[in-house]
Amino acid sequence: MAELTLVQAVNLALARAMAEDASVIVLGEDVGVDGGVFRATDGLLARFGAERVLDTPLAEAAIAGLAAGLAVQGFRPVAEIQFTGFIYPTIDQLANHASRFRTRTRGRLSCPMVLRSPCGGGIRAVEHHSESPEAMFAHIPGLRVTIPSSPRRAYGLLLAAIRDPDPVVFLEPTRLYRAFKEDVADDGEAAPLDRCFRLREGRDVTLVAWGSMVREALDAADRLADAGIAAEVLDVATLKPIDDETIIASVAKTGRCVIVQEAPLTGGLGGEIAARIAARGLTSLLAPIERVAGWDTVMPLPRLEQHYLPNAARIVAAAQRAMAFG
Amino acid sequence: MTHRFEIGYGRCLDPSGTPVGELPPRARQPDRLIALYKAMVRTRVFDAKAVALQRTGRLGTYASSLGQEAVAVGAASAMRPEDVLLPSFREHGAQLWRGVTPLELFLYWGGDERGSDFVGPRQDFPVCVPVGSHLPHAVGVALAFKLRHEKRVAVAILGDGATSKGDFAEAINIAGVWRLPGVFVINNNQWAISVPRSRQTAAETLAQKAIAAGIPGVQVDGNDALAVDAAVSEAVERAREGGGAALVEAVTYRLGDHTTADDASRYRDDKEVSQHWHEEPLVRLRHYLDGIGRWAKSDEEHLLQTVTAEIEAAATAYLATPAQEPSSIFDFTYAMMPKELAEQRGECLAAAPE
Repeated sequence: MAELTLVQAVNLALARAMAEDASVIVLGEDVGVDGGVFRATDGLLARFGAERVLDTPLAEAAIAGLAAGLAVQGFRPVAEIQFTGFIYPTIDQLANHASRFRTRTRGRLSCPMVLRSPCGGGIRAVEHHSESPEAMFAHIPGLRVTIPSSPRRAYGLLLAAIRDPDPVVFLEPTRLYRAFKEDVADDGEAAPLDRCFRLREGRDVTLVAWGSMVREALDAADRLADAGIAAEVLDVATLKPIDDETIIASVAKTGRCVIVQEAPLTGGLGGEIAARIAARGLTSLLAPIERVAGWDTVMPLPRLEQHYLPNAARIVAAAQRAMAFG
Repeated sequence: MTHRFEIGYGRCLDPSGTPVGELPPRARQPDRLIALYKAMVRTRVFDAKAVALQRTGRLGTYASSLGQEAVAVGAASAMRPEDVLLPSFREHGAQLWRGVTPLELFLYWGGDERGSDFVGPRQDFPVCVPVGSHLPHAVGVALAFKLRHEKRVAVAILGDGATSKGDFAEAINIAGVWRLPGVFVINNNQWAISVPRSRQTAAETLAQKAIAAGIPGVQVDGNDALAVDAAVSEAVERAREGGGAALVEAVTYRLGDHTTADDASRYRDDKEVSQHWHEEPLVRLRHYLDGIGRWAKSDEEHLLQTVTAEIEAAATAYLATPAQEPSSIFDFTYAMMPKELAEQRGECLAAAPE
């Protein structure tokens, strides 16, 4: 077992999957000699060769499209989109093709590809490098969408994504890439792609978060504990499909819920989760569902991004509003 | 630095069916030519039936390939069964040649996904409606062949409008730089719905776009099945032997509307259409075959009879095919159905429309 950062865990999972299955290949911009701009694919070229680690021309739509073509032909491509802001041209391929081959051909063709991309802000990056577009992908039928919140989870979820027979969008919170280390066993064990993870038990309020916001929620739970409030923290991890059972069961126990997302508020997955709680857990609610989210603004440039990103203080305030209700 | 370039133009038969020079070896095999002719007639009969079904409310919106049969048939005839076809939505002739059945085509255009579950060419792609977005798939398929060291070729067919898209530029560029076994065939039928070729690009030819991608590009008479077959065959065999990708622009004409939902008289002069009827692909090959003593009136009558009977039988079978179970909407979304989708499936089945 080794202490790894999240980006090292991604690298470990990629290497593991490539060693286990010759049909797994990695492609994208600068993933070869350079090892990826965040070093997620570092060393893979040397280990697996240029036929399995492909530096592509600078063409995001074609990266997604050719990955789809490879996947239909039986490969398991893992394509990297270098930064979140460059991911939008891939939506045509994901929405119109990758997610539909199985349905359109009644199962004759399928598309087991993974599209990896960094996401989110908090590293003072330049423009178009800090967005949180997960809801766009989660709205596409036929895709799975997952976001790890820790090195161990990144390893397990990425293995699951690569082994999944359908297309998976795998978003990696940039600010967690090197934020902390965890012991990660290279045991080849995949994490379930349809499950929330309960990271902390509590009886008073449920904090629901994913990706980079999980750490903020855990921090908030510590602060709430100091004030005598026991918060339960759930890491949603996989956003499509959402494990609403675990969320609703938790809210049934606590009666209060704060949903935290870095993405802009409107149309985000927090709304979907809130709707499911309202539909199936209304009678257990002791307070209105709170949402702590990014603002409905353009992602600010680095000098103001701390004013955009939801943080533990806002989560604590929301939890306290819920506690004080009624 | 200025480079001069020349785009070759391939033609075997002129509109009257007279050879314009020595025919390429593939065009000197009368049995092959008869097969090409039969396939074009079969495509045209299928097209006519599909339009008739649509006009009588028994088929969905349909994109006729009237006048462009030589492009589709000529491209497909240059392929081997183990190659993979990635068609646009107007290449019925290529699909039929490859073994997609008329029943499957009727089912697809009649709104039934089973029409894309081809019993014949299992690895061929279904039609692509979002224009040009299948071209990157051809790159992926060709890359798969190259990585597996298989001597197979991906053949994508696109329209003239698709050459204006980024997908086209990205695809031929990557196919070029990676020297992939992919061939891109443009069905330049002069019209992208209402926008003529002259307003699509300032480039004199579409084939010259290959130059920027570093791959060979040629133009052929797209109303000449022999020329299309010869040019695509040359490109496909070069690709198969490791010579890389190529672009073939087949210059033809859309004699029909864009689709059955379109009325081309709003933007296109009927006189222009009439002129192009003199160049259409079936007559010239028939004249040639007739001239070499290989096609008599009785052959024509027999062919029409056989093909019409086949297409009518397929139409009857299509009309008699019940719709799929509503559960099938859900059953192919994922290999392993998520719980939340299973719940929606149950809800859908319980709330069947009245």
